[in-house]
Amino acid sequence: MRENLHRFFRAARGVGVHVSPAESIDAMRAVAQVGVSDRTILRDTLLLTLAKSQDEKLALGDCFDLFFSQPEPREDQPQSDNDDASQDADQQANQSPSSGSDSDAGEGQAPEGLGPLAQMLLSQDRNAIAAAIASASGAASLTDIRYSTQRGIFSSRILDAMGLQRLRDELDELTATNPALAERLRGALDALREAVRDTVAQGLALYAREEAENLRNEILRNAPLARIERRQVAEMRALIRQIARRLRERYSKPRKRQRRGHLDVRRTLRRNAAWGGVPFLTAWKRKHRDRPKIVAICDVSGSVAQVSDFFLLLIHSLHEVVDDVHSFAFSSHLIEVSDILEKKSPEEAMAEIMSKVGFGSSDYGSSLVDFEKEFMSTLTPQTTVIVLGDARSNNLDPRADILRRISERSKRLVWLNPEGRLAWGFGDSEMPRYATFCSVVRQCATAQQLERAVSDIVATYQ
Amino acid sequence: MAEQKPSTAIEAVESGLAAQGYIASRQIATAVYLSQQIEKPILVEGPAGVGKTELAKAIAAWRGMKMIRLQCYEGLDEAKALYEWKYAKQLLYTQILKDKLGEVLGGAQTLHDALNQLHDFGDVFFSKEFVEPRPLLQALEQPGGCVLLIDEIDKSDAEFESLLLEILSDFQVTIPELGTVSAITPPTVILTSNSERDLGDALKRRCLHLHIGFPEQRLEERIVESRVPGISQTLRRQMVGFIHEIRSLDLKKLPSVSETIDWARVLVLLQATELDTEIVKDTLNVLLKYEADIEAAAPHVTTFIAKAARSNVFG
Repeated sequence: MRENLHRFFRAARGVGVHVSPAESIDAMRAVAQVGVSDRTILRDTLLLTLAKSQDEKLALGDCFDLFFSQPEPREDQPQSDNDDASQDADQQANQSPSSGSDSDAGEGQAPEGLGPLAQMLLSQDRNAIAAAIASASGAASLTDIRYSTQRGIFSSRILDAMGLQRLRDELDELTATNPALAERLRGALDALREAVRDTVAQGLALYAREEAENLRNEILRNAPLARIERRQVAEMRALIRQIARRLRERYSKPRKRQRRGHLDVRRTLRRNAAWGGVPFLTAWKRKHRDRPKIVAICDVSGSVAQVSDFFLLLIHSLHEVVDDVHSFAFSSHLIEVSDILEKKSPEEAMAEIMSKVGFGSSDYGSSLVDFEKEFMSTLTPQTTVIVLGDARSNNLDPRADILRRISERSKRLVWLNPEGRLAWGFGDSEMPRYATFCSVVRQCATAQQLERAVSDIVATYQ
Repeated sequence: MAEQKPSTAIEAVESGLAAQGYIASRQIATAVYLSQQIEKPILVEGPAGVGKTELAKAIAAWRGMKMIRLQCYEGLDEAKALYEWKYAKQLLYTQILKDKLGEVLGGAQTLHDALNQLHDFGDVFFSKEFVEPRPLLQALEQPGGCVLLIDEIDKSDAEFESLLLEILSDFQVTIPELGTVSAITPPTVILTSNSERDLGDALKRRCLHLHIGFPEQRLEERIVESRVPGISQTLRRQMVGFIHEIRSLDLKKLPSVSETIDWARVLVLLQATELDTEIVKDTLNVLLKYEADIEAAAPHVTTFIAKAARSNVFG
């Protein structure tokens, strides 16, 4: 059972439940208390000790069902065949080629001199077969299976471990000497192959998910946001939400924190003046910490739109960390989009923003003019301004002077450019002119870069 | 006890809680049983009003133990949760003992001697007499054990969570001036959370995680039965069926078990025998706590009542 539980922990990690060694020890202790005889109690126990959120409980419940249902089909198939057949088996037994003929093999017809696998197959001892498959999959280290393409090799490894080679030789021999028995053995072998294939498929479902998911996420994190395919957009959104959660956990600390132990002498004296300076009431030093205020100005024209989309999604999922966010979108002119993003689902919001300001050729100059005219008052000395765009202004006046004023009024001005550094300044890119007024300029084309950029911005407030 | 079969022990927990008027699902009973066996706190999550706090009360009443409750809020710190020095008392004592101090120190010739003498009894003022125990310390000092309810842990700050870790895993706290205080009898700890923020992994790791959702129809009927004995069976079925229909709507706040019980009481008070549109519309504000929700639910009332009545016939 111990072995089984360890395998189950691995499978649980595969479905995304974090099982640390300490938790597995707790689970072991709990299982030792309740025993394994009652499956529903066992399920509840594992769910209680391992899963730490409702999502994890669901995932783990499914995993449990898959994991512990595993032996059943394997045992049942031969059994049901066996039962059906045994009713009318007597004469037919020898002529029907497959499972039906196995039925009366149990009566001890298996000839001497055959290998253990053949004996086992002929005697139809399903428990023994199940156990043999289990131990063979252990020997073939089925838990290491990672990709669906490995199914073949693991099946044959398991079969080899069970002694397939010997069985083949014996089959060859028997075909000559005892064709009926050979036929029966062949049928049983087919059934065995099927059972092993099922085992491997289940193993794949249980153990490979973690690795496959990691691989996919890794690829996704480093894929250029502007060029991801339509079907990946949903996955990308999920990934962005994950990133947002991570950032939230890292940075959502309270703003004020009392520093006990550091006496604020001035305030203490003042407060206790009434008692002749005997400090009945003490005042301790406090440290204030600002939460970030962010103004995001995003280009939503053509190629940059997708990146802006994910960026806005990320920024607006950071409620707990960021005090307030004002978002603006522009291509040829600029509007505020904070409300749209707050109220609607990401898909709808983006569609609405695009219908309002998208699909134009970008004009940074006039958009900055719009910003200065209407929204300059949103900037305070605590604000971080983030501009996301490729700075390609179609050879129109870039109005870098406005950007200078923005940078003077704010704490920091960060420019995120989806294009690579190499392309800056070539063609109609105004990046070098804008860059002089920015505190930070960085490339931001993949989810990973996006995470780093936002993380750095938030970290400056800690 | 140890020889008892787990399944029977879990049933015993279930019936024990039921005797206190708390109808527990099997999951809950298993959690309570396990927390007792492997001495781990239970972290209970779920929407508001499904009986998270009630569970702690029921356990305390069932085991006949004292319940100590710590309500969490933003800004809660160790001075309010764990212990505090009785600063005013310390000050008062030093003032009163001034003369005595003079006597004691009178023999000292030099400042150095006086200091040395002071060192000898300086710790007097940082002894147990001057510690004001707050809920967490109180819980550890109960000789007969107790149920410690740490309510709405998600409302407290992340720092406070870290403070709890020592108590939760080892049932002890360290007071720098006094040393480590261990629990006389490990208390049964219940933490509740409304998932307003994600709790840290370190805290979650130390607890059994129990999620109480809305109960299924049968269970909810039993809960109503135990809490509002005066209600007739037909009405009970109908109203619980109705509430289950309401929960399928998209509402700001879904009615939870506490609302069901309140509503049942109201219906009994109004001497209703079965649900009809009139009475439901009049009392909908007991179930739903937002004007927008009431407006959203109002058009469905008639169909839901019909559905609840029909399921009653077949169920």
